[in-house]
Amino acid sequence: MRDARALAAALADPVSTLGLAPDGWTSLLAIARAERLDGSLAYRLADMPLPAPVARALEDARARAEFGRTQALWEVEMARRALAPLGIAPILLKGSAFAFAGLPAAIGRVVGDLDVLLPRDRLDEAEAALLAAGFEWAKDDDYSQAYYRRWMHELPPLVHRDRGGMIDVHHSILPLTARRRPDAAALIEDSVEIAPGLRILSPADMIVHAATHLFADGDLAGGLRNLWDVDRLLRLFTATPDFWTRLGARARRHQMVEPVALALRLADRLFATPVEPRLAGHDRMRDTLFVRRLLARDGWGRATRPFNRLGFYVRSHWMRMPPLMLARHLWIKARAK
Amino acid sequence: MHGFDVRVGPISYRIGSAWAAPIVALRRLYAGYPAPDEGIATVTARIGPPRPWRRWVRPQVAIEGDHSLPDTVPMAFDHALLAIEMAMNMQVALGECRHLLIHASAVERGGKALIMPGDSGSGKSTLAALLAERGWRLLADEFVMIDLATGRVIPFPRAISLKNSAIAEAEARIADPARFGPHLSATPKGELRHLRPNAEAIARMDEPAEPALILFPSYGFEPASDGVSRSELFMRLTEGSTNYIALGEPAFDHVLRIAGTIPAARFAYPDTDSGIAIVEQFCAEAGL
Repeated sequence: MRDARALAAALADPVSTLGLAPDGWTSLLAIARAERLDGSLAYRLADMPLPAPVARALEDARARAEFGRTQALWEVEMARRALAPLGIAPILLKGSAFAFAGLPAAIGRVVGDLDVLLPRDRLDEAEAALLAAGFEWAKDDDYSQAYYRRWMHELPPLVHRDRGGMIDVHHSILPLTARRRPDAAALIEDSVEIAPGLRILSPADMIVHAATHLFADGDLAGGLRNLWDVDRLLRLFTATPDFWTRLGARARRHQMVEPVALALRLADRLFATPVEPRLAGHDRMRDTLFVRRLLARDGWGRATRPFNRLGFYVRSHWMRMPPLMLARHLWIKARAK
Repeated sequence: MHGFDVRVGPISYRIGSAWAAPIVALRRLYAGYPAPDEGIATVTARIGPPRPWRRWVRPQVAIEGDHSLPDTVPMAFDHALLAIEMAMNMQVALGECRHLLIHASAVERGGKALIMPGDSGSGKSTLAALLAERGWRLLADEFVMIDLATGRVIPFPRAISLKNSAIAEAEARIADPARFGPHLSATPKGELRHLRPNAEAIARMDEPAEPALILFPSYGFEPASDGVSRSELFMRLTEGSTNYIALGEPAFDHVLRIAGTIPAARFAYPDTDSGIAIVEQFCAEAGL
């Protein structure tokens, strides 16, 4: 296989796997594991007639996903217990939110760190409570600590000393140095209580955050997985009348109109996701670059297209901070190695 | 990418290498093993250069595959065969969910399995390799797989890695030089040479065995033996398993059953012959 297109096709349309040759299956499994989408693939193909070895491999993937889900829910519960005495109800983000809310995006999905959003003025108390509950800083050098606290949209990452689980405590969804300024107060105000002491973002904000995460906050590593989240969420949310109107309004409010449009176009292109044409806009020349980056894996699961990847890596830093600050940041990081 | 597909017990591998030579060596080592069922390898293990130029300039090999660990140190190209073996093991250690993994070697006689857990250097591989030349069948080296449905040992007879003094011991007792891989010297694990299990172990790799006896060897001490309490056995089996926690309740039930019903002991031995004699004596008492 030249790239990950067969994986995108298999997720969007399981019937597309019917014609796969034996080595096609081997490659599909390797690519899915490399993109950490093997659990999602396993559930998507659950009702398909599969060759016996593939069926067994996907059974393993489902078992791993189920274990990951249990662990993620436990981390959520631990965070809730740590913050509840302060009267802080954390807003769960991404995988943990999907898992806790039972959204279709959670089916088979890996959940990495626990990401939560809190009001910025409660950050100090929350941090103290988490430290008291057994979390420690994953990066404790002075530069990283100062850098996170001054410029980032989150506290320096905390890792639990016994469980090894990591928690990222956000007060916004983009660094303070980024050119776009999402409205953190609006995210919090519109959030929904999902259980006593736990909240999730509103549906429209969830899509805005997924698009932010995809295009404005990183180099598209794990991009295919994040775009698959967008597909799963949209297929659920579009059943609500006036969802598209709300999404348009929220994208404007958070200064994220273009990233949301791009996410919609790419989801449509790779997963045939139903999208609102007026929000998605017309295809652009550079959409192809994004597609090439999202699918940059060979049949052995190896990362390919190094120049395309490098371009997105540079872009991610360029978007995060102004040029002089970027130069200083990269200089300090390079010297620390 | 140079590739080789092979099935070892329940695991169907696709093994890849950026260089041809390690695959040639691997094919020779795994001669006589079956191809994956239906031609579909479901586990990919590979080695490649950690940086593109490391393919040619002072070549180095990084251990890669479907599942990988951060910060694995690249190895010298001369040790590529060891790197492939480590990549194959890593896939099992991190990906296997249908069987409980116990870090041990195992041999079988009359349908009953002798399981030998132990730390690196305890002699478990050497004892298993040499017992397998004396009327026992090799089931596993490194990973013993317990089937979660039946509780039986599922054979996983991959090439045995002999280290340091074990190499000469095996060379003196096994006549067929074609079963040995190349000498690897000064690896992170010392001197190393792989040994292909005998034809019987490969031909019968789909025949499970019933766990019957657990012995913890430790090499290099005066002969001595001692019982192992049920609680210690439970604890040692779980801490030696890479997937015990991930498998949850079924794994707990199986380890509890093994620790509760299967006799276990530890023994020390100064050399291989006395080690084998002690094992045979334990087996006679346990009815293996």
